[in-house]
Amino acid sequence: MNPVRTLKKALIAAATVALCLSSGNLFAAGKVLKVAIIAPSASNDLAFTQSIVEGINAIKAERELDVAITDGTFVVEDAAAAIRDYAAKGYDLVIAHGSQYGGSLKEIAKDFPKTAFAWGTSADTFGMPNVSSYEAHSEEGGYVMGMMAAALSKSGSIGVVGPIEVGDAKLYVDGFVAGAKAQKADIKTNVNYIGSFSDVALAAEAARAHLAVGSDVLTGTAQMVVGAVGVAKTKKAAWFGTQANQTVLAPEIVVACQVYKWEVILKQILADMDQGVLGGKKYAISLANNGLVIEFNDKYELPADVKTIGMDAITAIKEGKITVLK
Amino acid sequence: MNDFFSTTILIATVASGIRLATPFLLASLGEALGQRSGVLNLGVDGVMLMGAFVAYFVVLKTGNPLIGAAAGILLGMVFGLVYAFITVNLHAEQGVSGIGIYLFGLGMSDLLFQKLVGTPLPIMPFPEIHIPLLADIPIIGPMLFTHSLIVYVAFLLVPAFTLLLNSTTYGMNIRAVGENPAAVDSLGVSVTKVRYSAIIIGNGLAGLAGAALAIELGIFQHNLTNSMGFIAIALVYFGAWRPFGVMAGSLIFGMVAAIVLQGKTLGIIPRSASDLAAMAPAVITIFALVLVANRFKQPAALSKPYERGR
Amino acid sequence: MQEVKSKVTSWLIPIGAVIAALALGAIMLLALGAEPLSGYATMFGAAFGNLKGLSATAMKSIPLLLVGVGICISFRANVINIGGEGQMVMGALWATITALSFPHLDSLMLVPLVLLMGILGGAVWGAIPGALKAYFNVSEILSTIMLNIVAVQIMNYLLRGVLIDPGEIERGTRIPQTARLPETSDLPLLFEGLRVHLGFVIALLAAFAVWVLLWRTALGFKLRSVGLSREAARYAGIPVKRSIITALALSGAMAGLAGAILVFGSESHRMVTDGSSTGFTGSAGFNGIVVALFAGLHPLWSIPSSLLFGGMLVGANALQRAAQVPSALVIALNGLIVVFVVSSEFFRRKLQQHHSARQAIEEDSRLTEENVGS
Repeated sequence: MNPVRTLKKALIAAATVALCLSSGNLFAAGKVLKVAIIAPSASNDLAFTQSIVEGINAIKAERELDVAITDGTFVVEDAAAAIRDYAAKGYDLVIAHGSQYGGSLKEIAKDFPKTAFAWGTSADTFGMPNVSSYEAHSEEGGYVMGMMAAALSKSGSIGVVGPIEVGDAKLYVDGFVAGAKAQKADIKTNVNYIGSFSDVALAAEAARAHLAVGSDVLTGTAQMVVGAVGVAKTKKAAWFGTQANQTVLAPEIVVACQVYKWEVILKQILADMDQGVLGGKKYAISLANNGLVIEFNDKYELPADVKTIGMDAITAIKEGKITVLK
Repeated sequence: MNDFFSTTILIATVASGIRLATPFLLASLGEALGQRSGVLNLGVDGVMLMGAFVAYFVVLKTGNPLIGAAAGILLGMVFGLVYAFITVNLHAEQGVSGIGIYLFGLGMSDLLFQKLVGTPLPIMPFPEIHIPLLADIPIIGPMLFTHSLIVYVAFLLVPAFTLLLNSTTYGMNIRAVGENPAAVDSLGVSVTKVRYSAIIIGNGLAGLAGAALAIELGIFQHNLTNSMGFIAIALVYFGAWRPFGVMAGSLIFGMVAAIVLQGKTLGIIPRSASDLAAMAPAVITIFALVLVANRFKQPAALSKPYERGR
Repeated sequence: MQEVKSKVTSWLIPIGAVIAALALGAIMLLALGAEPLSGYATMFGAAFGNLKGLSATAMKSIPLLLVGVGICISFRANVINIGGEGQMVMGALWATITALSFPHLDSLMLVPLVLLMGILGGAVWGAIPGALKAYFNVSEILSTIMLNIVAVQIMNYLLRGVLIDPGEIERGTRIPQTARLPETSDLPLLFEGLRVHLGFVIALLAAFAVWVLLWRTALGFKLRSVGLSREAARYAGIPVKRSIITALALSGAMAGLAGAILVFGSESHRMVTDGSSTGFTGSAGFNGIVVALFAGLHPLWSIPSSLLFGGMLVGANALQRAAQVPSALVIALNGLIVVFVVSSEFFRRKLQQHHSARQAIEEDSRLTEENVGS
């Protein structure tokens, strides 16, 4: 018997045991996790719902997942039924992608202590061990793009089209306005919350109203802004987008978009689940963790100095030299 | 300077009101024609949605908004043909079959969009047409004469429909069929033919209204119309089945919406009150109808199927 | 014997219409790359195949049935009510405000109180178009549609303002929803482990009550008389204007009750808005009209009708989850079914006429024979 070989064998065995132990948890190695997503609008809305679908697809490219998506669930009670159904069917992670679903989730999660739930955008886990929350610091990208917008505007007036003054829409708009003011103190920012997440026609007309008072740079958030982008396009006004990359809507006027990379936090949530942690944590995407990315449109001829303003702001926010809305 | 600024805003607001009124006007005119012949169609919104999708899809493929608008009209007319068969030949309850059409259009347009297009890609909108000479008139010109083709078409249809209804044999037949189909029948005029034609034209206009919306916005989305079709039906009652009355209703509705929008943009209407402001068009439309002493009666045979000898 | 046969065929025709619509739906499913039979099996199984499904179907049918029986009242009085959405919202708001105001009442007090306030809220929102119709001759079609818009904005205003969960302000998230309503206002569950709650029983009772009202009371007689002919009713001394208001108020009351039950039987036990009425009602204010007309404006037939349409909605959501078929398909399918069934009514009537005509002829010839014989 060769002592060296025995030692080698022993070492390999020990290493294997250690490996198994380190990954030993609720979800045995090799098991494919089942993930369900419930979202309010269509999977390809170029906005909120598309961002989470792209996020989970990015994860799927790296690890095997069994994913089910129920999109277009704007009826809150239907979403609640879907959440309960997925949990009852044994899905490991149920993601309620809409802040309006939180009230229902809070009640349902109690009944399924072994299921991991995540919901957003929010920073409230209800103190439950199996619920995590996730949010987007969309005010950061808003701030960056607000600064660029102010620098870009020749008329000194900027228009913002919002849905209802809540959640990440409010954060983005507030950040954008703050950024514009920081760049140019006397800039005029007209904010119009149209009161709907779905009325494309009203969003378009709101954009027209902005153009009529002389705004030459526009931005907006939520899925109904596709109408506003169209109007901006006909009048050659510059557009800043958020949530997803909206360049395809109007390549000639989209300057830049703040894109949500939910995969950053989805990866963390899944890693925590691998460790047996089902929830109780708050996650957020930000410029610093690359969950928020400002994607510039190469086709738009953005003056170099304006782009520099944006890049500098990104760096400053990442390094914590600028804190937005605090 | 300040003066000039407010004139600009006035012009923009009026122009915006006219634009917002256009889809309502088209759909209402169509519905009014159908109701004048005695057929109620609660499915306008569904037809608008289908017209909007088909127009959007055609423009996406051809790049030509005119072909898209034509496709919208055609689609509407096909729906009209089906609806006429259901209501005129099969004597179906008009309220409920209209809601069936609405549900079908709502679901089908969304389904087709998801399967055939997916991502809301933008399409080419109608170009603005500045009418020579008229567009150069100060204030009035930019308000009224710098719109897209579809806006002019919609408003020109108002006098055209008035003429049609009041001064042509066909128009008289439509009105008579809506009031007393038996009498018309006894004169040897086919009630079926008159109603078929009125429903087909009416639904064609609903299709055009949807097409106008999709092409003006350059986009399609699930439930793009947001129940505009139902408001269009309400405006028919507002306008007492008369083209100019319907136009007045559409304009009030559109103008109030435009004023509210502009007020919010300029910060005149505080953000906390924006929800309350959003109900203004609805409230004002009701009040306007209360104030305008309503002396008009609806077509006597409205929503009653005609059967010979009954 | 003849009569039984004609009854059977008169039932076969609407069923045939549903099957025809489903066949069209099957073609659509095929076009979407889904297996139609297993698709329908999934839908049916999810809606009626087990206790959980039945419970979900019953839940979905509650607002449909309540709005539907309300529609029976107003349409029987020949008043069109397209304001179910707004009346549901207003009923829900009144009930929610009440629950938030009296959190310390015990369940036996609070539950009836909030439901009553829901009824009142809906009744007032229905009475307004009634009064506008009666005294200003404003078409109820116009006013009910417009008041839907108004109700939604009142909801948005209140839920973003005075009614908002204080926690939402604290956290700065400002989701437009109330705090969790007091637990004493929760509608008690009927069975352990199933979601279906007391609201279902209330809806069934309401359907029965409306049947009694319409066919066993003087008020019901008046309403139906007004519906048959306003002129004749006026001659008979029935107060037509008051009847119109009553009809719309009662219709609204049922919708308001539906709204209240939706809130207190919801998963979240709070009121939340996404800015539209649909996000809250799930379009029950419209679908209830379909349910009622499908049931021939009969409150008791509205019960199976509401279960059918409720089951379709449950099945649609299940199909979307199981086969990733967009639920838009089922909305379109619902539309087809409505159109087909309403159209099939024509053939049923023709058949009945045919039967009665034949009976008349047989009767006639029998009499003739007898005459000849004597």
